[in-house]
Amino acid sequence: MSTSTETHILTTPGGGPTLRSPIDWKFPIVYGVLALVTLLLFGLFGGTGGKSTTFSFAAGTDLFGIPPLTVSAMATTVAVGIVLVAMAAVATWLAVKREKIGIWFPILFGVLFLFAFLTWAGAGNGHIPLTPLLAGALALSVPLIFGAMCGLVGERSGVINIAIEGQLLAGAFLAAVVASAVKNPYAGLIAAPFAGALVAVVLSFFAIRYWVDQIIIGVVLNVLVVGVTSFLFSTVLTQNPELWNARQALPVIPIPLLGDIPVLGPVLFRQSILVYIMYVVVAVLYVALFHSKWGLRTRAIGEHPKAADTVGIPVNRNRVINVLIAGAIAGLGGAFFTVGSGLAFGKEMSAGQGFIALAAMILGKWNPLGAVFAALLFGFARNLGNTLSTMGTPVPGDLLLMLPYIVTIFAVAGFVGRVRAPAANGKAYAKQ
Amino acid sequence: MTEKTATGQPVPAAPEDAAAPEAPRPTVLRDILSGSWMVSVLSIFVGLLVGAVLVAAADTSVQATLGYFFSRPADFFVSVWRTVSEAYLALFRGAVFDWEAQSFVRAVRPFTESLVASVPLILAGLGIALGFRSGLFNIGGQGQVILGAIFAGFIGYWLTLPLGLHMLVAIAAGIVGGAIWGGIAGALKARTGANEVIVTIMLNSIAGYLIAYLLKQEWFRQSGSANPQSRAVDESAALFPLLPDPFRLNAGFLVAVVATVFVWWLLERSTLGFEFRAVGENPDAARTAGISVGRVTFVVMMIAGALAGLAGAAQVLGTEQKLTMGIGGSLGFDAITVALLGRSRPVGTFLAGLLFGAFKAGGYTMQAQTGTPIDIILVVQSVIVLLIAAPPLVRGIFRLPAPVGKGAR
Repeated sequence: MSTSTETHILTTPGGGPTLRSPIDWKFPIVYGVLALVTLLLFGLFGGTGGKSTTFSFAAGTDLFGIPPLTVSAMATTVAVGIVLVAMAAVATWLAVKREKIGIWFPILFGVLFLFAFLTWAGAGNGHIPLTPLLAGALALSVPLIFGAMCGLVGERSGVINIAIEGQLLAGAFLAAVVASAVKNPYAGLIAAPFAGALVAVVLSFFAIRYWVDQIIIGVVLNVLVVGVTSFLFSTVLTQNPELWNARQALPVIPIPLLGDIPVLGPVLFRQSILVYIMYVVVAVLYVALFHSKWGLRTRAIGEHPKAADTVGIPVNRNRVINVLIAGAIAGLGGAFFTVGSGLAFGKEMSAGQGFIALAAMILGKWNPLGAVFAALLFGFARNLGNTLSTMGTPVPGDLLLMLPYIVTIFAVAGFVGRVRAPAANGKAYAKQ
Repeated sequence: MTEKTATGQPVPAAPEDAAAPEAPRPTVLRDILSGSWMVSVLSIFVGLLVGAVLVAAADTSVQATLGYFFSRPADFFVSVWRTVSEAYLALFRGAVFDWEAQSFVRAVRPFTESLVASVPLILAGLGIALGFRSGLFNIGGQGQVILGAIFAGFIGYWLTLPLGLHMLVAIAAGIVGGAIWGGIAGALKARTGANEVIVTIMLNSIAGYLIAYLLKQEWFRQSGSANPQSRAVDESAALFPLLPDPFRLNAGFLVAVVATVFVWWLLERSTLGFEFRAVGENPDAARTAGISVGRVTFVVMMIAGALAGLAGAAQVLGTEQKLTMGIGGSLGFDAITVALLGRSRPVGTFLAGLLFGAFKAGGYTMQAQTGTPIDIILVVQSVIVLLIAAPPLVRGIFRLPAPVGKGAR
């Protein structure tokens, strides 16, 4: 933004009035469309006249229960629609004045829009279980968040990792096998990072040592992991499933007090240890990436490896180490599919989640917190799609499930702010 | 650390040629040993070897002999040899020629089955290869195949047209479907610089949900049943068979041959193809020379999508005859390995498609006859492509000489 204003000023010599940046119409238009959709499609013409929607919050053992909330569908959606139209008007007015709006504005807008949407979708269809909806969303986000963290560590240090998918799958496989053989789910949790790191070894061997195109290696590694795990599944695991592929589930560990908070407690603090590890990983990565020597070096070799090399940072060694750490993180995330969900291993059970994790990382602009937010968005959309389709709402679940991917395309195409990859991303580094 | 191994690598500014000080004279033997096809052959060999190790390791009889390996090691090797050779012979009989078959027709049918399996691989692989040559990484083969299948299939059973014309219209619809999906990625890349890898991955997922949605709609599937699959395509729209009944080989193979020739002509003989390659080699230089990089990006992705769409059309109009959720299979990703093995050359891609088609057809026979899961084929294929992508590694393994001069991969 600032650079474009400067160039404007440069082209008008003579010290005239300072030129103002052009009005950014993108957001007002998006807000306006969504507000009108709410008011008209969900509200006035939503076909919800006389019906009501119930939101339930209960989840068993809360400290104190919140009674279910029942609202009249049409009145609520119309009211929220009017509020959203007003917000869109405010956004337009601020855009004309070239003033920036805080991050709270889109979040509030999104929550209200979602509320209106759920009210419309749930009208006359029993009740919307809000707590399980959110808890399920977090659960579905777990492999995405781990995967996104993996991609982030790699790409921040200049190595594109398309093999997240394979690392998740490898982690899921080894976690299931080890947990089953030792008859202890925690053993699987310990083993999973090694599977992810093993894939990372191959990745770094080819990408950093032999300078093979990193995207090619990633794609091929995914196929390789699918092949190896499926082959072993069809042979060893099915020959003796009791020994090698028995279901082992990580128990849910409720955190005292925190877990008793209504709604938030069951969602955030009545989870398995894998989810708590995830909180720690995200927090540690965020701090380490931006406030530690390691983080500074990582970002340096990802943005300008030559400069990093000049000041004595061993570029390729650091890259290898980071790719291995990243692989271990993804492997751990893969454990979610098996021991984390209490399932036995199945062929290709990661089902493209690694690619979604990659998208979450990009949507989050290579920032751990942003990536977590994006991953939660994906998880929520997926769980919402599943929930609504089982409830028999008018919304086609498949179309809803497309939404996050469409949003990502818009994001990558620059409609939701510019996303910029680390400068040396995907380029092999050779010492001159 | 990298100087010795990375000789002749195309990627970044390679360090000075390690083979330079000696400067051996290029001889015929040296040409053969350092040639790129030698690397391909050896990669295939190593791939099969890795597969053999896995097959042997997972076999229970081999595991049993390992229990008393030190007292009777010969048992172990005999067992390994029997297991591996049975699997690979079954693979060969399922892919090329079955000498144990009762009749001549049955004996040669495997070869035609390989051709059938290779058709979509070749077509989609050509699309990926075209992208590679133009410097674009099109991971969206999967979505483009699905869109092509949706368009071709729907036209195939929804429209009523005379024989022949119907088939052509349905094929054209498949081309359009794939071209739209590829074109979206191309247009976004050209206009906004959106990374085509991410956009095509997203488009893959969207296409998957799209076909899932459509196959739940009665107006679309027109099958009258609740199953998520469509009505069979009309006789008039189906690709006509090339051989009488027990064979499944159909006109899709001719389409693949024509497409290969077309892509070869496009890349090697046409002005447009020259622009594609120029952009692929160096976009900045191409821009300086007056080539519109954005336009090339868009056109390449459209044609690449069209080729993948053609693969989808060949699947739905030829092999499958109806739309199902799994119509795309894993074609999009298989196609990437095919293009890589074919070194992004049209003829190379054609041959790679034949090889992987043979693996696929033979894999089913192998699974049915020896119980070796077909997944081993994925392992073999990915090891092959991994090695082909790193020629210095293959040369290192077999102590082959590095190629003399530049440009040799």
